Amino acid sequence: MALQAIAFYLMALITLASGFCVVSARNPVHSVLWLILSFFSAAGLFVLLGAEFLAMLLVVVYVGAVAVLFLFVVMMLDVDFASLRQGFARYMPLGLVVAAILAAEMVLVSSTVAGRGAAKASLGPMATGGAPANVTNAEAIGRVLYTDYVYFFQAAGMVLLVAMIGAIVLTLRHKPGVRRQVVMDQVLRSPASGMRMSNPRSGEGIGSGEGIGE
Amino acid sequence: MGFLPNFGVWWDAFQASPAGWVAWTVGHILLITVVLLLTIAFVIYGDRKIFAGVQARKGPNVVGPFGLLQSFADLGKFLIKELVIPAGADKAVFLLAPLISVTLALGAWAVMPIAPGWSVSNINVGVLYLFAVSSLGVYGIIMGGWASNSKYPFLGALRSAAQMVSYEVSIGFVMITVILLAGTLNLNEITKAQDGGIWHWFMFGGGPNWQTNWPLLLVMFPMGVIFFISGLAETNRPPFDLPEAESELVAGYAVEYGSTPYMLFYLAETSNIVLMSGLMAVLFLGGWHAPWPEGYLAAWPAWLASLHGLVFYAIKTFFVFFMNAMVRSIVPRYRYDQLMRLGWKVFLPTSLVAVFIVSGWLVYTGMGA
Repeated sequence: MALQAIAFYLMALITLASGFCVVSARNPVHSVLWLILSFFSAAGLFVLLGAEFLAMLLVVVYVGAVAVLFLFVVMMLDVDFASLRQGFARYMPLGLVVAAILAAEMVLVSSTVAGRGAAKASLGPMATGGAPANVTNAEAIGRVLYTDYVYFFQAAGMVLLVAMIGAIVLTLRHKPGVRRQVVMDQVLRSPASGMRMSNPRSGEGIGSGEGIGE
Repeated sequence: MGFLPNFGVWWDAFQASPAGWVAWTVGHILLITVVLLLTIAFVIYGDRKIFAGVQARKGPNVVGPFGLLQSFADLGKFLIKELVIPAGADKAVFLLAPLISVTLALGAWAVMPIAPGWSVSNINVGVLYLFAVSSLGVYGIIMGGWASNSKYPFLGALRSAAQMVSYEVSIGFVMITVILLAGTLNLNEITKAQDGGIWHWFMFGGGPNWQTNWPLLLVMFPMGVIFFISGLAETNRPPFDLPEAESELVAGYAVEYGSTPYMLFYLAETSNIVLMSGLMAVLFLGGWHAPWPEGYLAAWPAWLASLHGLVFYAIKTFFVFFMNAMVRSIVPRYRYDQLMRLGWKVFLPTSLVAVFIVSGWLVYTGMGA
């Protein structure tokens, strides 16, 4: 148990410290790198809880995909951080209020969970469904996700689909006159349609009447 | 010999105690890492020899007999070169990038089932772990490219990020088809599901219920091919080595690197290639199982049986690596838009349809795990 406690405090410390560095780092790319470290140590905390499936999903989805694209964008942007910092004092009270509300909510939720008040009610399907103790993490989640919460799961999928379509619609431009590569046409070209044999007489060349690019 | 039974009892007690467990695990990790590094040294040599053979050259043949010690000579040279950090570089990130690359590349081997009971960590989400670690590999490259503060490395890093993210999607779907057939995310269990001969391998649609599932050959064989090609793209191997395309980007993300950091990048890349070959062997080619029924192994001592497994795992991994090296020497480099088209417009829909077919088949035949 002592080892687990040490691991927990170490990873919690790294999570918090890197979270702090995300907002305090001067360079935006460093901020993203710190953010990745904090995701990663949060995944470590999941492993300590025995939720290795969630931990791996966190790494695959957030660290492996979302943060890569984030880093991608931040590296391409040329952010002038001096101008961004000018409004710091003005936005400070608002930020503090938001932080206070968030902190209050989190304390509220974690104290309820600690007292097992709300947690018991939401534990319903697992308790009544009688999941055997030896199922793996992924299986346990699958059993709940695809049965009791299948509508929420579908709704989440729909939200993502709509978001994806929205992103495509926002960036879609129909420009007339753009020549696109049609791979199928290229593959289906035969010698008969792709070239023409001719035998021009010396000094005359190929006449413009029977031009090459008809 | 009264010594051996006593030793067995002592050994069990040693492994059960916390200190003994830690010592055993650390020793296990060290053993695997050292063997892996030695293997990589010879894999690099083999890669160069195959490449040379295809081009009717001799390849490395000076250092040691047949040039076998070439990689060690290279290692020595890399280590004694001066480390140059560009003036405009972000020093910390610049040095961190190769370290991250090599840590992830070696760490991925923790779950690899190289022989029965030989993986360092037999975790239930082994496939996901490997997927996660290989998707993190992009950070080494993108950090190195950015921290160099130079045009070509940056372009190489951006290309690499886009490329690896694109091909991860299809790799993920291909893995899902195998997971559906095996009914588990544990790599050891996936290997065990392919026990009993070549017709049980997932490349041929088999698995434990091959009598019912053999028509899936039509789906799983193309999935194996897609996995192989996506693995090439994921590890930045030719014909998908656009992040370091020398005709366009000099050496891509590695332009500003030299000495030991460059060696670490190179080591990580080769380790990832061997990892992808090993993963292909585990997911599609039966892992440590021989291509024939292995009933005779029951009579063998346990250590010999696991050695038997190790030999077959190594043969398969090297076979996939050999294919990899042949592709490198035969196929010309893709253009970048063709690469993206292949990933998003060909592999992604194909593997997605394959997931539908496999899961539909398993529901229809009632063979779902």
